[in-house]
Amino acid sequence: MTDQRSQAEIVRQSLKRRYRKERRFRAYGIMAIAIALGALLILFTDIIGKGYTGFVKTTITMDVQLDGEMMYLDDPTDERQIKMADFVEPLVQALIKEIPGATEDDRNQVRELINPYASVTLRDALKANPDWLGTTQTMTFLTHTDVDVYVKHAGDDAYSIKLNDQQKTWVDELLERDVIETSFNDVFFSGGDSRDPSKAGILGAIVGSLLTMFVTLILSFPIGVAAAIYLEEFAPQNKFTDFIEVNINNLAAVPSIIFGLLGLAVFINLFGMPRSVPVVGGLVLTLMTLPTIIISSRAAIKSVPPSIREAAEGIGASKMQVVLHHVLPLAMPGMLTGSIIGMAQALGETAPLLLIGMVAFIVDVPDGFFDSATVLPVQVFLWAGSPELAFIERASAAIMVLLAFLISMNALAIWMRKRLERRW
Amino acid sequence: MNSVNTTITSEVTQPDEVAVPVQESKPAETIIEEGKTVGKPYSDDPKFKLRDVEVFYGDAPAIKKISLDIGRNEVIAFIGPSGCGKSTFLRCLNRMNDSIDICRVKGSLQLDDHDIYDPKRDVVELRARVGMVFQKPNPFPKSIYDNVAYGPRIHGLANRKSDLDEIVENSLRKAGLWEEVKDRLDANATGMSGGQQQRLCIARAIAVSPEVVLMDEPCSALDPIATAKVEELIAELSESYTIVIVTHSMQQAARVSHRTAYFHLGHLVEVNETNKVFTSPEHELTESYITGRFG
Repeated sequence: MTDQRSQAEIVRQSLKRRYRKERRFRAYGIMAIAIALGALLILFTDIIGKGYTGFVKTTITMDVQLDGEMMYLDDPTDERQIKMADFVEPLVQALIKEIPGATEDDRNQVRELINPYASVTLRDALKANPDWLGTTQTMTFLTHTDVDVYVKHAGDDAYSIKLNDQQKTWVDELLERDVIETSFNDVFFSGGDSRDPSKAGILGAIVGSLLTMFVTLILSFPIGVAAAIYLEEFAPQNKFTDFIEVNINNLAAVPSIIFGLLGLAVFINLFGMPRSVPVVGGLVLTLMTLPTIIISSRAAIKSVPPSIREAAEGIGASKMQVVLHHVLPLAMPGMLTGSIIGMAQALGETAPLLLIGMVAFIVDVPDGFFDSATVLPVQVFLWAGSPELAFIERASAAIMVLLAFLISMNALAIWMRKRLERRW
Repeated sequence: MNSVNTTITSEVTQPDEVAVPVQESKPAETIIEEGKTVGKPYSDDPKFKLRDVEVFYGDAPAIKKISLDIGRNEVIAFIGPSGCGKSTFLRCLNRMNDSIDICRVKGSLQLDDHDIYDPKRDVVELRARVGMVFQKPNPFPKSIYDNVAYGPRIHGLANRKSDLDEIVENSLRKAGLWEEVKDRLDANATGMSGGQQQRLCIARAIAVSPEVVLMDEPCSALDPIATAKVEELIAELSESYTIVIVTHSMQQAARVSHRTAYFHLGHLVEVNETNKVFTSPEHELTESYITGRFG
């Protein structure tokens, strides 16, 4: 009896110790998750805090008098005249009129408030509507980047404001009278890169990314799945297939910049393909993504229960029929998930694309697989390295767009897995 | 027959799912003559004629020189303790062991006087004639209709939709499942109960009109009511098919089979009419097993 009691006592003692251990272990776990979430939170607040202004543009609205004499233009349909005409002067005059107290002597200072591309906007508008000549039109233009920075970051020490005191007073006044306004930055989503931060857009990089991803997907998915099926279902088990398997795993661990060098040496130098184009980018990223897809597809095929295979074989299905009718449909969700995650990796890849020239300054939105292009992460890289501070917020905004793409791709992968997963 | 006396001293290891527990209480020094089977292993006009069949997993023998005839429209039950090789032997009959790389089969196995393991033999054709039902119900994760229609489709047994419908209905009727599922043929088969799933698997196997149906412990995952239904089904099917059933339940063997074969550690010890095996076994190992001294 006493023996039993003491034994119970010992157990109770050790129980206390065990529970303490368990609590401690749980605390470590919670701490680890807290650190991870904290890092994520810092990342997001930093990027969003710095970048949300990238989604805002500053515009100026004024009545522009389109005086033919002032512009040295009497026929807007004449290409030659349009080229020679002065489109800056009407803008300067219009703005002087808007600013009380500004005179003809201040024209240089006034001129510095208007975006250098505003005259191009005016020219295009007049080209489209030749009958506007001689009338007065209310039009909206981008302000100069210096004004943009001042409006958004007036009190921020991180930004140096390049306006002088006179200009600042003018801008404040115009802001009060809603001549200068801020609104959603549609320019950012509708144009390519530019030397002028206010004019710089991300559409070129998005289209470049989509083209590159398309090439990567149509090459790496079928090749990867076919390789996985062959290795898993048909290849004989011997030293050679073991060797292949080891090397596929090695390939998955090769630093991505090496793939860039390979692409440069093989696709560009050997095959003479053009630089900076989505096709070459897609080929390089295909090489990079293939191991990931093969490995995840093989895992998906392995997870198909052998009972299903046996059932089909027992009825007399041939090897090919077993694979096509049963194994492949059941493995497909896993294969797709792996592929999407591989694609998300490729979407965020920068280093190999630098080497094949997709880092060039490209203003136009690419219109094909053989047109020079850049991609989102490279655009971020380019802007983050720019001396103009106004590009920093564009870089942050571009990061947000990139993250949105990545998050939606991962969400798609999770949704597909949940949706297509069949139970047996 | 040139037989050698062997003493069983160690268990047979085989990499199959059927692990071999050591039988502590069995008469350790019982002598089995290799290749010698007591009872009535042979018949005049057999469906299967199996002579000196040996199966190896790598170097380890799993089946040692078994000779047996399986008659037409006969139900024969294989019984024996776990790991005795009865499942392995069963799977030789439609070459399901082919997919196991290290498995080798020796000896002569003939179905209607044609060699099963002839290298020129088409295994797809063989399996269309020798269907199989597995231990765990394994319906495809498809509709009930598609499960049954799969075999006829891949073998091209039905050219028109109406023919296929007929095959599906007949198979489900034979499997005693038609009344239960006729209104939900499009429902997913994995949503059925275990017993229904197993009967569906039987329907799927007989949909290709095989001559032989192999059943590997078809009721081990089922409750008694579902088991009773499957056993009824086996009795009905025996009118038109040859059935080979592996079972752990001696009562089941006694209820459904015409003949019973007792396996022990890779040997076929005794084959006889079922009631004879269970009432007056000739071999002492058989007697030990059926009286529950081990196994």
